[in-house]
Amino acid sequence: MSTTKKITVTALAAALGVTTLAACGGESKDSSASDGGSKPKTVTLVSHDSFAASASVLKEFTKETGYTVKVLKSGDAGAALNKEILTKGSPQGDVFFGVDNTLLSRALDNGLFTPYEAKGLGQVNDEAQLDKDKHRVTPVDTGDICVNYDKKYFADKKLAPPQSFDDLAKPAYKNLLVTENVATSSPGLGFLLGSVGKYGEDGWQDYWKKLKENGVKVVDGWEQAYNEEFSGSAGGKKAKADRPLVVSYASSPPAEVLFSKPQPTEAPTGVATGTCFRQTEFAGLLKGAKNEAGGKALLDFLVSRKFQEDMPLNMFVNPVIKDAKLPEVFTKFGAVAVKPQTVAPDTIAKNREQWVQSWSSLVLK
Amino acid sequence: MVLARTEVTKSVRGSAARLGLMAGPAVFFAVFFAYPVVAIVGRGLEIDGVWQFGRIGEVLSRPDILRVLWFTTWQALASTALTLLIALPGAYVFARFDFPGKRLLRAVVTVPFVLPTVVVGTAFLALLGRGGLLDELWGVRLDTTVWAILLAHVFFNYAVVVRTVGGLWSQLDPRQEEAARVLGAGRFAAWRRVTLPALGPAVAAGALMVFLFTFTSFGVVQILGGPTFSTVEVEIYRQTAQLLDLSTAAVLTLVQFAAVGAVLAVHAWTIRRRETALKLVDPAQTARRPRGPGQWALLGGVLATILLLVLAPLAVLVERSLDGPGGYGFDHYRALTAMDASGGAFLVPPIDAVWNSLRYALVATAIALVVGGLAAAALTRKAGRLLRGFDALLMLPLGVSAVTVGFGFLITLDKPPLDLRASWILVPLAQALVGVPFVVRMMLPVLRAVDGRLREAAAVLGASPLRVWREVDLPLVRRALLIAAGFAFAISLGEFGATVFIARPDNPTLPVAVARLLGRPGELNYGQAMALSTILMVVCAVALLVLERIRTDRSSGEF
Repeated sequence: MSTTKKITVTALAAALGVTTLAACGGESKDSSASDGGSKPKTVTLVSHDSFAASASVLKEFTKETGYTVKVLKSGDAGAALNKEILTKGSPQGDVFFGVDNTLLSRALDNGLFTPYEAKGLGQVNDEAQLDKDKHRVTPVDTGDICVNYDKKYFADKKLAPPQSFDDLAKPAYKNLLVTENVATSSPGLGFLLGSVGKYGEDGWQDYWKKLKENGVKVVDGWEQAYNEEFSGSAGGKKAKADRPLVVSYASSPPAEVLFSKPQPTEAPTGVATGTCFRQTEFAGLLKGAKNEAGGKALLDFLVSRKFQEDMPLNMFVNPVIKDAKLPEVFTKFGAVAVKPQTVAPDTIAKNREQWVQSWSSLVLK
Repeated sequence: MVLARTEVTKSVRGSAARLGLMAGPAVFFAVFFAYPVVAIVGRGLEIDGVWQFGRIGEVLSRPDILRVLWFTTWQALASTALTLLIALPGAYVFARFDFPGKRLLRAVVTVPFVLPTVVVGTAFLALLGRGGLLDELWGVRLDTTVWAILLAHVFFNYAVVVRTVGGLWSQLDPRQEEAARVLGAGRFAAWRRVTLPALGPAVAAGALMVFLFTFTSFGVVQILGGPTFSTVEVEIYRQTAQLLDLSTAAVLTLVQFAAVGAVLAVHAWTIRRRETALKLVDPAQTARRPRGPGQWALLGGVLATILLLVLAPLAVLVERSLDGPGGYGFDHYRALTAMDASGGAFLVPPIDAVWNSLRYALVATAIALVVGGLAAAALTRKAGRLLRGFDALLMLPLGVSAVTVGFGFLITLDKPPLDLRASWILVPLAQALVGVPFVVRMMLPVLRAVDGRLREAAAVLGASPLRVWREVDLPLVRRALLIAAGFAFAISLGEFGATVFIARPDNPTLPVAVARLLGRPGELNYGQAMALSTILMVVCAVALLVLERIRTDRSSGEF
């Protein structure tokens, strides 16, 4: 009988253990909400996986406002937004950050956000303010999707690196470019939209036919394109990659420098500055937010100088406020896009699916 | 009269006990699987209160969807066949031969199974792609061909066959086959008549799992197949996460359900035909050193296969993790213990991901063992139709995409008392969901193979049902239980699909951390990703190795 008892006790203990652990998990979550009558101390920021900020800057926010920021990373940009649409009305957090101009209309059409005019919005560059009159979203950063090149390759070949969309289709650059599937990758989609911006809704297909004839290679995601196929990146060198041109970001060269030890005096990669598409990322106060006051304070903070100047080295994007000081590694190794292409959010929303479909049958088949 | 009444009471008590055993797993699956999945599928197919069943026909007549379905099916069949072909000799060698380093090797071949596909794809490309081993030796490149996908599937699932089939094989009494040979049967005839039927359920279970994994393959197909190949799973992800076309995703989910259901039905049928009480013995007695040139050649062939197919890609990972800016060294590993220079990708040093992963995996294993153990115990005895249905139901999580479950969690577990969306327990729960089928699959063949007369004898002698389980079943299944625990643990360590949806930034798991590092440019990030992958690999190997030890130490005294 004693053995039976022992087993029962063990089984019970195991079951209780699991429940207790579960209870602990619940508790840590509740602690933010169960503050009784006083105002909640936590404000939850839902974002995509690329969100990053210095701990010191987040602490500064807490010091100024009394709110602690809890960050909830929710997958890639598309998935994160779609989750918010699915949980509309019962959101996971208070503020959502990371909807860009390619997805903006989907967010606005679904009515995700409570309008709020952030303090300090006057400092924000006009061309970033795509929802200027309604203030449903607040612009936070811009980034340029551009073709990067492997400096060493072009120096060795004594060939000038390409500068423009037109260059990429020239025979001199045959079989050199790798890009991403526009259906599954946001830089891939950005590059397609760049070509739409450049050649128009009627001309982009011809351009891509030329690119295909010129041997453009398509892989599924940025990680593969950049780390496996692009000969200029650290990963690509190890993988003996053989494509010296890749669709990436204007900020990738500074990152190559920053994340090397010892830091080189020159970036190993450069940017074809005439091949860029401008992405603007926005944040908004979620409808049904539990901590609306905290959410508003957070939105104010996202366009404050402190956060804006901290952003470049964390997320490798550009500030949207006027006269923000850029870190040296950015000014020294980064590139400024020459007339980056843009497409209006409404036009993108209307045509995205159809463009992706025709691109797929044109380039992948 | 008296006798009859006792029997009636007993059988009533028996089925009541079984219902009691089933209640736990049933509630678990209802709340954390069925409810979320049904809700998200419903969201896709029910618009303004009207069910849009017409959508099913519409979606299934689209040529691009049909192409995806066709590719998914044939590559899964081909992958399964190839895996069985390559891994069955391995299962035999691990079951019947004794050779130095066997335990280590058995642990190592399991490592790929639990590595995140992001990492494996990278390592595999280094071998099969441009400048890879094959390219340098023979100028053969397999990276955008379907061969890369098939071989990667073998790499991932080799251990599934070796462990499910080999596990049972090592416990089959070789004397039965010897007896047949003494009675005049040839070597092959003896194997075919005696061993093969006994192995049947295990082979079927192994093949079924490989088929399920390759049918629902995601990362491998995405990385190695390029954008031209797409499986149903990839398509569901795309439709749900990228396009928010929930109705197409719902139809595809239903198709996946139907396919998995059909596979499970075939599986149940083969089991019923083959199921017999097997005489199980201690594996230590069945393995011996190889004898004769034929057996040595077989051993050599299996070892060479493992070296090429399993160890070489893993070695590439290690090599890259050590390849620092100033030659080979541990720079990338040291960098893992520091906070990000800029405070960037994580709010904690990347090395913390190791402890997060271990903690999650332990809780997930506990949940999987309790739920799976109860379910297996309930399913042991000769089952009616209801119970067989329950059996099949437990396998479904393996055939349903992580994105469906993840999005389902999001829209169902959002109200108190089940507002778990921000709770850490969601991670182990999602991981356990994938672990439970393994626990059930591994324990059930062994539990069922226990001779029922042993239980009856014990019961006649006055033992309570619990006592019978403790004295008869437990000693015989302890090994299976430990292997199942090891599998559940390792799967939880490597689980990525569901975890990435719910892991919080202050406590990323290892695979999530690897993916985040790979998502940023720069040599340090890449090197750290490789170093973390190597750590994940070593942690899994050690966990599996420890289990192999415990098993032998304990079981040696009991047989």
